[in-house]
Amino acid sequence: MYVAQLTLPERRAALALACLVAGLGLTMAVLGRDDLLGTHGALVIACGVVVAIVVMRGFYAPSPSPERLSSYYDDPTRAGIVFAMIWAIVAMAVGDWVAWLLVSPDLTFDAAWSSFGRLRPVHTSGVIFGFGGNALIATSFYVVQRTSRARLPDQVSPWFVLLGFNLFCILAASGYLMGITQSKEYAEPEWYADIWLVIVWVAYFGLYLRTLARRKEPHIYVSNWYYLAFILVVAVLHIVNNLAVPVSLGHAKSYSAFAGVQDAMTEWWYGHNAVAFFLTSGFLGMMYYFMPKRAGRPIFSYRLSIISFWGITFMYMWAGSHHLHYTALPQWVQTLGMTFSLMLLVPSWASATNALLTLNGAWHKVRDDATLRFMMTAAVFYGLTTFEGSFMAIRPVNSLSHYTDWTIGHVHAGALGWVALITFGSLYSIVPSLWGKRAMYSPRLVEVHYWLAIAGTLVYVISMWNSGIVQGLMWRTYNDSGTLAYSFVDSLVAMHPYYVMRAVGGLLFLIGTVVGAYNIWRTMRTPALAEIGDFAEAPARAAPTLAAAE
Amino acid sequence: MAVEERDPHSGYLTTGHEWNGIKELNTPVPRPVYLFLALTALFAVVYWVLMPAWPVGRTYTKGLLGMDQRTSVTSELKQAALERSAWMKRIETEALPAIQADAGLMQRVRETGRTLFADNCAACHGREARGGPGFPDLTTSSWLWGGDPETIAETIRVGVNSAHKDSRVSQMPAFGRDKMLEPRQIEDVITYVRSLSSQPRSAPAAQVESGRDLFAANCAACHGDDAKGIGAGAPNLTDSFWLYGGDVESLRRTLTQGRQGHMPTWEARLTEAERKLLALYIVDLRRKEQP
Ligand code: HEC
Ligand code: HEC
Repeated sequence: MYVAQLTLPERRAALALACLVAGLGLTMAVLGRDDLLGTHGALVIACGVVVAIVVMRGFYAPSPSPERLSSYYDDPTRAGIVFAMIWAIVAMAVGDWVAWLLVSPDLTFDAAWSSFGRLRPVHTSGVIFGFGGNALIATSFYVVQRTSRARLPDQVSPWFVLLGFNLFCILAASGYLMGITQSKEYAEPEWYADIWLVIVWVAYFGLYLRTLARRKEPHIYVSNWYYLAFILVVAVLHIVNNLAVPVSLGHAKSYSAFAGVQDAMTEWWYGHNAVAFFLTSGFLGMMYYFMPKRAGRPIFSYRLSIISFWGITFMYMWAGSHHLHYTALPQWVQTLGMTFSLMLLVPSWASATNALLTLNGAWHKVRDDATLRFMMTAAVFYGLTTFEGSFMAIRPVNSLSHYTDWTIGHVHAGALGWVALITFGSLYSIVPSLWGKRAMYSPRLVEVHYWLAIAGTLVYVISMWNSGIVQGLMWRTYNDSGTLAYSFVDSLVAMHPYYVMRAVGGLLFLIGTVVGAYNIWRTMRTPALAEIGDFAEAPARAAPTLAAAE
Repeated sequence: MAVEERDPHSGYLTTGHEWNGIKELNTPVPRPVYLFLALTALFAVVYWVLMPAWPVGRTYTKGLLGMDQRTSVTSELKQAALERSAWMKRIETEALPAIQADAGLMQRVRETGRTLFADNCAACHGREARGGPGFPDLTTSSWLWGGDPETIAETIRVGVNSAHKDSRVSQMPAFGRDKMLEPRQIEDVITYVRSLSSQPRSAPAAQVESGRDLFAANCAACHGDDAKGIGAGAPNLTDSFWLYGGDVESLRRTLTQGRQGHMPTWEARLTEAERKLLALYIVDLRRKEQP
């Protein structure tokens, strides 16, 4: 049905691109026939062929009516939301699985693919890129059109970006299971997947700029600054950190262009800014649009938005070295990382404050509307997590927290409490109108999801705080003889109850996600509204706010 | 066209723009934001002055406090070693029996030995040193190489079948695979071996007899005429402790495929005092097991 919206030249372009991708896959399969690269080649062929078939089946459908140009192009957003929810369920399930694996390490059934080292990146990449990335792409298309009062410039490039990005995610996740990895945290995919992502990302950047260039608003809305920062900086980070030389064009394996401590520093410059620009900047973009929209309140302060935007953008860049305190990294680099991390707290809290004060005058809605409450809670967690992050960046604090579960707790306060909650809030606020429905299938289930998510996050984070601090203290406690009081295994034994608790917390969160996905799916399937009433987010189709193209 | 309007709730003016219904207030930045920006920046500047901070060409600003993580960790380690040295020195220099006689020193051995063992040895020998299939239980009276502290310390130093040039070497030959014994003979010898540790036997006496002869001819050289081991790696087969298992199935595997355990050498990884301490710790464990 999506193909019918494409014009004939667009269908031709889509078909050509799909064939091109299949051709690339064929090249990989031939060059890498003696290597795992060949397996990935076959996978790429399959993806290209599937898309080609879908396009071909709709190829001779009647041309779309020119009316489409007077409304926003939301098909890729719809597909992106579906992808995001699929990735969320899969990747969170894998996350809970590895949590149980830490409780009882024998759960691997003696297979290589099910070992912790292979499953963990499936979880991390799956939630960050699969769930978070798809949600960001989907909402960014939605937001940029509405805040620019301009339709996406064409109907092929958004699909290229969305499907290309998902191809990258599939290559990543399937590669880990086969043992393909660069061994760089959050940058595990190998060189060919990395190159593909560069192409996709440049197309994304271009698409975003082209849409902004068509805008009919005199000013560019805050959300778009954040989305743009996310797209641009992630491109830079990704390219630099993944500079590598493949063993040969027929091998999946490559070697980093950096060595030793430079490699570590590049990796954490990347890693921390991935947190900054992927997991913060992009989702702030989401928040700045969906929160005021849902609350029906103006942004508390335009000036505060500016200060926090530039503060975050400038200061995050320096903070990565706090991941390498007390290592071979020269101390002066650690000093810079620590001090900038501390200064970073101010713009971070300014953003959180700006969000929460925006709700002034709408707190009764927060009480009644779980969707808005998702977003409010996300802002609170954003504030808590950034405070914790700056705190943990202080060297003496870090000497306790580093390498412990406290870090894991911190990450999940951000990932579950901030990233996932703001995403669910945003999705709940646009899913009904995107599918032409008055409201979500079941507001009660949104409420259930909210409480499951909150309970899961709190159980998770609190158990990891405890675990991390106990662990950190055990590692540094001396006995009267002046030797360490506890062995490493002692600390593992002490972790066990917390690991059980964490896995339960994760399970609660996962169940919430499944409930959410079910609710979204039922919303999509309820009969469409003939007439759209007066509710907050009127569908673009029914209410063409878009002035005729120039 | 920017049209300013006043937000009735907060009383602030908007910026006059609107994006799909979203407006922004022109609220001034709250004072505390500037205050905290100034405070954190001030802290950063002070910290930069005191600590190693900014790169300058090929070097960097060293900071007024002259701190350096390398020198501080080295001196901390030295200090800690100094604090330990009072009793560590005694472990290093005094004779084993003398240490064993000193209750205070043995208390230190227990404290430190526990973590040293758990961090280095527990992966194979288990947290309680009770061993597991293929890894000897170190709390029993049954020893492959000898259970006095000197011998144990030597086993730890050189390892068994390890890369060390003086490594202890041992191997249980693969009688079945290498066709030194017929399958039938293997069954006989298994029956005999099981009879030694008085395990339930339903086998005919003739089979035990045949096994006894086979044992004398093939096994006694390593395991000893009485099968009690000769302290050279081949275990005592008459007791209730088994390295690989005393059931028929395990014995069949042992005899068919042979066995060769690997115990790493610790000479390069632990100091002499630490190895001595571990040997004492292990001996002490056994004392605790059998009061
Ligand atoms: C990689 C596994 C492994 C580790 C680690 C290990 N051992 Fe062993 N150890 C063995 C094996 C296997 C044997 C039996 C060797 C043989 O077949 O003779 C053994 C034997 C011994 C023996 C001789 C037992 C006897 O009956 O004579 C002692 C003592 C011992 N280990 C102490 C230690 C200590 C102390 C440590 C830690 C510093 C340690 N082991 C670490 C595998 C290990
Ligand atoms: C060359 C010396 C040698 C000969 C000959 C030899 N063994 Fe062994 N045997 C060993 C050694 C060494 C071990 C211990 C292997 C290890 O620690 O990995 C061993 C282990 C065993 C074990 C395993 C004990 C346990 O605790 O699980 C059994 C049973 C055994 N031998 C029986 C025999 C029998 C029966 C014969 C004669 C058919 C025999 N051995 C001949 C050296 C020998």
